[in-house]
Parts: sequence; C-alpha cells; structure tokens
Amino acid sequence: MKQPYHLQVNGRDCAVEAEPRKILADVLREDCGLTGTHIGCEHGVCGACTILLDGKPVRSCLVFGIQAQGADIRTVEGLADGDELHPLQQAFMEHHALQCGFCTPGFLMLGAALWESGAKPTEAELQALLSSNLCRCTGYGNIQKAIASALDARDQAPKRSGEGAP
Amino acid sequence: MKPPPFAYHAPSSLNEALQLLGRLENARVLAGGQSLMPMLNMRFAQPDHVVDINGITDLAYIRREGMMLEIGALTRQRDIEFSPLIAEACPLLREAILQVGHRQTRNRGTLGGSLCHLDPAAEMAAVAAIYGAELVIAGPQGQRTAAFAEFALDYMTTCLAPEEMLVAVRYPLWPAESGYCFIEYARRHGDFAIVSAGVLLRADASGRISQASLALGGVGAVPLKLDAIAAELIGKAGSPAVFATMAEACGDIDAMEDALITATYRRQLAKTLLRRALETAYARATGQPLPRHAQHRAA
Repeated sequence: MKQPYHLQVNGRDCAVEAEPRKILADVLREDCGLTGTHIGCEHGVCGACTILLDGKPVRSCLVFGIQAQGADIRTVEGLADGDELHPLQQAFMEHHALQCGFCTPGFLMLGAALWESGAKPTEAELQALLSSNLCRCTGYGNIQKAIASALDARDQAPKRSGEGAP
Repeated sequence: MKPPPFAYHAPSSLNEALQLLGRLENARVLAGGQSLMPMLNMRFAQPDHVVDINGITDLAYIRREGMMLEIGALTRQRDIEFSPLIAEACPLLREAILQVGHRQTRNRGTLGGSLCHLDPAAEMAAVAAIYGAELVIAGPQGQRTAAFAEFALDYMTTCLAPEEMLVAVRYPLWPAESGYCFIEYARRHGDFAIVSAGVLLRADASGRISQASLALGGVGAVPLKLDAIAAELIGKAGSPAVFATMAEACGDIDAMEDALITATYRRQLAKTLLRRALETAYARATGQPLPRHAQHRAA
C-alpha cells in the first residue's frame, strides 16, 4: 500500500507517495523526477546509484525511500550552480573521466563526499575508496586523476572546515 | 529486480521492536540493509513484515569496561572503522573492518546485521570467533547471552528465535602488547572474501608463544576455529619454518566448494593466508619488523 512521506533532496522538499518497498533510487527517479541518479545492478555491487545521505556516500539501491525521511539527501543534480559546473564536474570534463556516462553520477557523488569532508586521501586511499564503483568503459585512471586534481584545487582555495572522512 | 511487497514497521524502542517481532509472522529485522536489501531486491528473501530498527539509536554505541569491549548491535561499521577506542583496544577488529565491503557500504552496514546475516565469508563473524565474543540477545523473556560458537549454528543460520534480536556484542580484550592480523583474499577489493585468516597471539619475553587464537573465514558454513593449531603453538618460538609447518595443517580442512572456487583452491589459500597472518601477528607481538608481504600494513 502506498504511503505519503516527505524527503529533503538538494535542499528542497519532495512529497512522495510510494510503497515502503520502493528503494530510494527509484523514489528519487520516479517520484522526485531526479533521473540523474542511475541504477545499475540494484544489489549494491556497482555503485552507480551513489548519493549523499547526511553527507555520507551510500548506495541508494540499498536504502528504502521511506527510511530517508528527515535525512539530508543530495544527488548529482545538486552539484552544479545553474549553468556553472561544480569543480568536480569541470575536472571530469577536463580529464575525460567519462565515456558513456552511466557510472558518472555515482563517481561524482563519491567525489563530492571527499570534496566536502576536507579529507585529502593518498593515492592508495583514493583507489580503495573508488573501488566501490564500477565503470565498464574502463575509465578508472582518468576518474582518479579528475578527482585528485579537483581535491588539489580545493586545497589551494581558501580553507573550509571539514568534518572528517566521507 | 524490485523487492517483494511487505508491511513496514519502524519501532523507536527496543521494547516496541520486540513486541512487533513477537506478534508478527515471517518478519525480518532491517538494520543497515547492506545484506538484506540485496536479498530483497533479488527476492531471495520474501518477508511479510520488515521491522526497521534504525530508529533505536541507543543500540549504537562502543564502550569499554576494563578488559571487556561492548559494541551495540546497531553500531555502523563506519563508526568501528573510525573509533580511536577500537583502534587502541581491539586492533584486530579495525584491521578486519577495513576489509568489510567498501566505505559506502560501511556507512550504513552494522555490526549486528553482519553477525545475524552470518555470511560464511563475513569478517565480523571470523573476528567474533577469534575473540570468543559473547552475544547479548533480547527477547520477550528479557536478555540472554550466547557464546559466538553457540550463536553461529550453520550456513547463514543463527541461534536467534524469530521473536529475538541481537542487541550487543562483547569482546574479551587481549593485552595491548598482543599481536594480531586479519587478511583475506578476494577477487576484487571489497568483494566477498574467498578465504580469510585471523590471528591473535601473545609471546613472552623470550619470544615463546604464550597464547593464541586463530580462525579461518570463507572455508566452511561458519568461521573455522583452529584450536588444535593454536594449542600446538604454545611454548614455541615463532619462526617462518614453525609457521609454515603449522599452516600446512590447513591442507586437510573440510573446505567448501562452489561453482567458481574449488575446495582444493580454498585449502591452498587457507595455508598461505594463515602462514602470513601468523608471521605478521608474531612480528607485531614481538616488536620485530613486519614480513615483506605485510609491509603495506601499519606496525
């Protein structure tokens, strides 16, 4: 049976009426109209559906929409400021970090968690973190370069307060 | 695929959750969801009721009393990863948690969920076996405790009754100078381990092993405690030759076989991983340099 509830997505309220069994990824796409979050495997292997839940990257296929009530949900649609790309998106463009683009929203949100945490992972740590997401165009090298260069640029900009690792 | 229909319940207290579990037929407890949700999405699990315990926030805590570490069942794997208390008091648990899935899944996944799901390859189950952890279980008649060996009955099967819930896990701590190591082999970082090996050991001032606890994960339905090998280690001075001989005894364990991995391969991995884990744990216990295969690890 459908149940009404509200989600906070990218700072906006979204009224949902959905069955409790509907995963957050489907709720975002079908009920909130935010199709930027892609669904790959639906069982927590590929990471394509990665979003930020209260600032932390999680797989939105492994959370029910109804469980995300009251949480601060952020999706790839929340990254750009109007026509101005987020520095991470700009870096993905510059480093050719995408081909087909299916995995891109997931990798961007994984990167966004790092960006906002203030953390500066080593190369090995970054590789371990990124290993949670799959890219079938085998673009891992460029994805890693793009995120590393965006984090470098962040650290050269005036300091912002981080709250620990993603 | 999409999950099957179910009635959703979100209790805000342990009492409320226990009442629901006592009353409802075919109910499943949903904690971090990093194992149950894939099973629902693939329809391997078809509960009529899902009892979401994420609102029972007082089940998430890490505390130490003397030489006992108690962790609430709803504690996120992430919080174990970043806990300074665990890094200091229970480094084996920290080394193992870094090999549980990925940061993303650890952000949601819980200690209790991993233990109740009881995947044969689960790192948290192997660590509980090594420590001889005690599980605190709540039910309609109050609380009871079970040793991990009594809790882990069989393949993905625990001693929990349908109306019971795991609420906490207690680890009897080893002295700070104990050596430890948890390693595993998986086809991809963060994937299910094919085999894992975990070791806790202590050595006296002359380098003779005075206490040891070892287990393998992934080889059988539940973690395999290697008590005979541990007993044989007592009194021996550690050396690559000793550890190689001890690990050789894994050559005749009863290992699982599946469509991808043969039992022979699992036994071979068990020998190699146990030898390496023993060498690393011994080096840590005696303050020697780590063996070459472990130099990327923290001393």
